[in-house]
Amino acid sequence: MTKILYFSWIREAMKCSEAQETLPESVKTVADLLEWLGQKSVAFQDILESDGSIHVAVDQRHAQAATSVIGASEIALFPPVTGG
Amino acid sequence: MSASVHISVQLEPFDQAAEEANIKALGGDIGAIVSFTGLVRSEGGALTALTLEHYPAMTKTELGRIVSIACERWDIAAVTVIHRFGRLVPGNPIVLVIAASNHRRAAFQAADFIMDYLKTDAPFWKKQEATSGECEWVQAKESDIADKARWSQ
Repeated sequence: MTKILYFSWIREAMKCSEAQETLPESVKTVADLLEWLGQKSVAFQDILESDGSIHVAVDQRHAQAATSVIGASEIALFPPVTGG
Repeated sequence: MSASVHISVQLEPFDQAAEEANIKALGGDIGAIVSFTGLVRSEGGALTALTLEHYPAMTKTELGRIVSIACERWDIAAVTVIHRFGRLVPGNPIVLVIAASNHRRAAFQAADFIMDYLKTDAPFWKKQEATSGECEWVQAKESDIADKARWSQ
């Protein structure tokens, strides 16, 4: 199982801050994950089609589209950060 | 020389003077302390409050990673980074970065570098409450990415 976390406006749009998912074998990278989540959920598909970009952290480290998600225990999805 | 590092992500206010005193108490050959405090702006009276959300499992690690890069790049004796979360009102302190070194240049640059990296990499998100009652998420700025990029030129 992989814990998927949502933050900021993505959390609000998903109406949920975390979910446990069993990723299919076809989901190997961050890009695959985003596509798979979009197929599973209309709310997530709407997020993908919105203007805002989505950043991903795999096991608490910033990731890119090609980063592997195989064996990840926690994946967070969020908009660009705005701290400081 | 390995730097003395203090990082905290907290709801409570911080005491800049006490944090600076802690660094002075380390002794050694510190000749320069640069301290930056970021405050919540009122945006000309239009803003009532800012609420900061963060990713607790990642925030402190990410701040630690940023500080490590700074300590590899400059000869730094001590670094303190404190970032608050929760609901803050205009005038409230939000972030503190203190860098101490033998000489001023390293301290100035390390503090500047840490703030630039924190802006683009530390997992915080701000939601603003306008005096009109409207709430919206703050958008990331292109200029923050440019500010970070100048350290790799």
